Amino acid sequence: MHWLGSPPNFYRFAGALRPWLMAVALASAAVGLYGGLVLAPPDYQQGDAYRIIFIHVPSAWMSLFIYATMAVAGLIALVWRVKLAEVIAMECAPTGAAFTLITLLTGSLWGKPMWGTWWTWDARLTSELVLFFLYLGVIGLYTAFEDRRRGARAASLLALVGIVNLPIIHYSVQWWNTLHQGTTVDFLDPARSSIAPAMLWPLLVMALATHLYFFASLLGRTRTGLLSLESGKQWVRVLVDGQPAQTTGAPT
Amino acid sequence: MVTAIHPLADSTPVAATTRPRSPGTLRACAALLRRDFMLAWRRRGELFLPLLYAVIVTALFPFALGPDPELLARIAGGVLLVIVVLAMLPALEAMFRADLEDGTLEQWLLAPQPLALLALTRVIAHWLTTVLPLIIVMPLLGALLNLPVKVLPVLIAALLLATPLLVLLGSVLSALTAGARRSGILLALMLLPLAVPVVIFAAGAIAAAQSGMPYLAPLTWLAAALVLAIVLAPLACAAALRIAVET
Amino acid sequence: MATPPAPSAPLLSAHRLAFSRNDEPVFGPLDFSLGSGETVLVEGDNGSGKTTLLRVLAGMLPPGDGEIRFDGQPSSRDSRNGRVLWLGHRSGMNESLSARENLGFLAGLYGTRAGMTAATAMERVGIDGWIDEPLRTLSAGQKKRVGLARLLLLPGDVWLLDEPYANLDRHGIELVNALIAEHCARGGAALVTSHGAVRFADPHARHIHLAT
Repeated sequence: MHWLGSPPNFYRFAGALRPWLMAVALASAAVGLYGGLVLAPPDYQQGDAYRIIFIHVPSAWMSLFIYATMAVAGLIALVWRVKLAEVIAMECAPTGAAFTLITLLTGSLWGKPMWGTWWTWDARLTSELVLFFLYLGVIGLYTAFEDRRRGARAASLLALVGIVNLPIIHYSVQWWNTLHQGTTVDFLDPARSSIAPAMLWPLLVMALATHLYFFASLLGRTRTGLLSLESGKQWVRVLVDGQPAQTTGAPT
Repeated sequence: MVTAIHPLADSTPVAATTRPRSPGTLRACAALLRRDFMLAWRRRGELFLPLLYAVIVTALFPFALGPDPELLARIAGGVLLVIVVLAMLPALEAMFRADLEDGTLEQWLLAPQPLALLALTRVIAHWLTTVLPLIIVMPLLGALLNLPVKVLPVLIAALLLATPLLVLLGSVLSALTAGARRSGILLALMLLPLAVPVVIFAAGAIAAAQSGMPYLAPLTWLAAALVLAIVLAPLACAAALRIAVET
Repeated sequence: MATPPAPSAPLLSAHRLAFSRNDEPVFGPLDFSLGSGETVLVEGDNGSGKTTLLRVLAGMLPPGDGEIRFDGQPSSRDSRNGRVLWLGHRSGMNESLSARENLGFLAGLYGTRAGMTAATAMERVGIDGWIDEPLRTLSAGQKKRVGLARLLLLPGDVWLLDEPYANLDRHGIELVNALIAEHCARGGAALVTSHGAVRFADPHARHIHLAT
């Protein structure tokens, strides 16, 4: 763990791992999409319109998962001031915002044929929209600081303050009986899941694909973020200029 | 509290090694309250501006929507809630800025008292000096919008619960942005999404009162959230202030 | 000047203290200690890290490396409480309030030295006529003196003074030196930063040089 926390080590490790993760992510996405768009039967109520679920639901799960990841990395950054944690936390935000936006847009596309409206102010949609603004707030606060490390810590604190939104989003469909459908896939009690197996497995494969994509993307973004943050240091210069590492006695 | 042992050979002043007891937390918070009230009194002219803003914006609604009294009565509660939230924003943004710039925050950080309690005291002073006047003016604003009389007490109760909650949340965000490049709108953009649940519950109580339904439940939720915020927000605010002072 | 017998641990000690910002070393590693009655002058040009060193000692910034001890105890809010008096670049006082009100607030937070009042402290620094005027009506030198009144009023054995001579005329400089000398005679200690252009009070003070 400590070895991995050092920027040049993480850079090499991430660079080696990333192509594999990305390859498996794309492959599973292909499998999942094929299973969902072609193999799975039409829904008895919604026909073929439901198939957007294979993008919408994994994206929604990712929007929450990435926020949790961002909050955990942010907590480590705040308490222990680990540079790698700061970079990881801040690099989570744009990807998380993107997945949240995809969730909102695909949900809207699904909602039009299903409910007859592009948008409604039901509990889950509203809290997901709030999540989107939270991501934007984290990004905005981070970029408002001149000292990048201080900005990362401030934005991490904001992410932690906003974490109360996550259980609200997740349980909103149970607490308020509004338009969005209830819990269909219950991880804590699979017997309660009300989705057909033929539709479930592509969904889970897509969930795997999006997770792997996120990890691969995060590794790549963190590498770039580390390069940028450490741009003055020896290991970056070696990387960029291709010079052999010089041993100097004087302090840098 | 003696922290070092001296052989009392001569008239060495012991004061140097005996730490005087620092004032208790309550006295320190009282000193901070007194200071904030003095400052608010010195700038009492400025305190009228949010009130004026609220009155003018309220008056705009009949012009914009037409003076139909039934329409105004239907929307009055929610509109007034939003107006109060918006009128609170500029003062929230400046909660810690002046003290950061003149070095007072450094003195807070070095003080013997817990920083979270000083932050909570600042929140209380801020609410009393900038938000309470807005709430006091509610009957007047309600009259401008033909607010049904039975809704007024519920509106005020909702505001009494929701606004401290928003000031507590705003204090954390204000501390976070105090150290950032000056950006007036940033605080609003961060606060409003977090304020959405608060507004939903407050509006729920107001709407319930308007249609004669029980309104206690949303108010209780607000009260519970307020208690939670009173405990947690000062801690987050102290952490944010520490980040802000670090340059 | 008879110095009191040394207590068991120095008031302030630093061991291998270093600090970096954005991975650029700002100062360190430094080793020094400050005993009762001692003064240390930290010298260096602008940007050499003098202010940062004081902020790290005061606990406003976490050290990058090394440790700080007060009375032998590791530096923490408890070990610093009531011990450290900080005089930084920023006055720590609000311009709309008067000196009396500002000093009163600080006394409310930190307490006062035995027998001291804001009025007495203001008198000692020579601007008691201005005690009730808003600070913004005072000149830079007068504001600096109000800051010096803090040194008299508030308790603290270890004085961390960042550029205490800035904005002061010859009399002001003598006043600072006198205050430091009295403080050390009482058993306190002072760590002072300066550009080095000022005639420092104590010819026996130790010097720490920070290079850019």
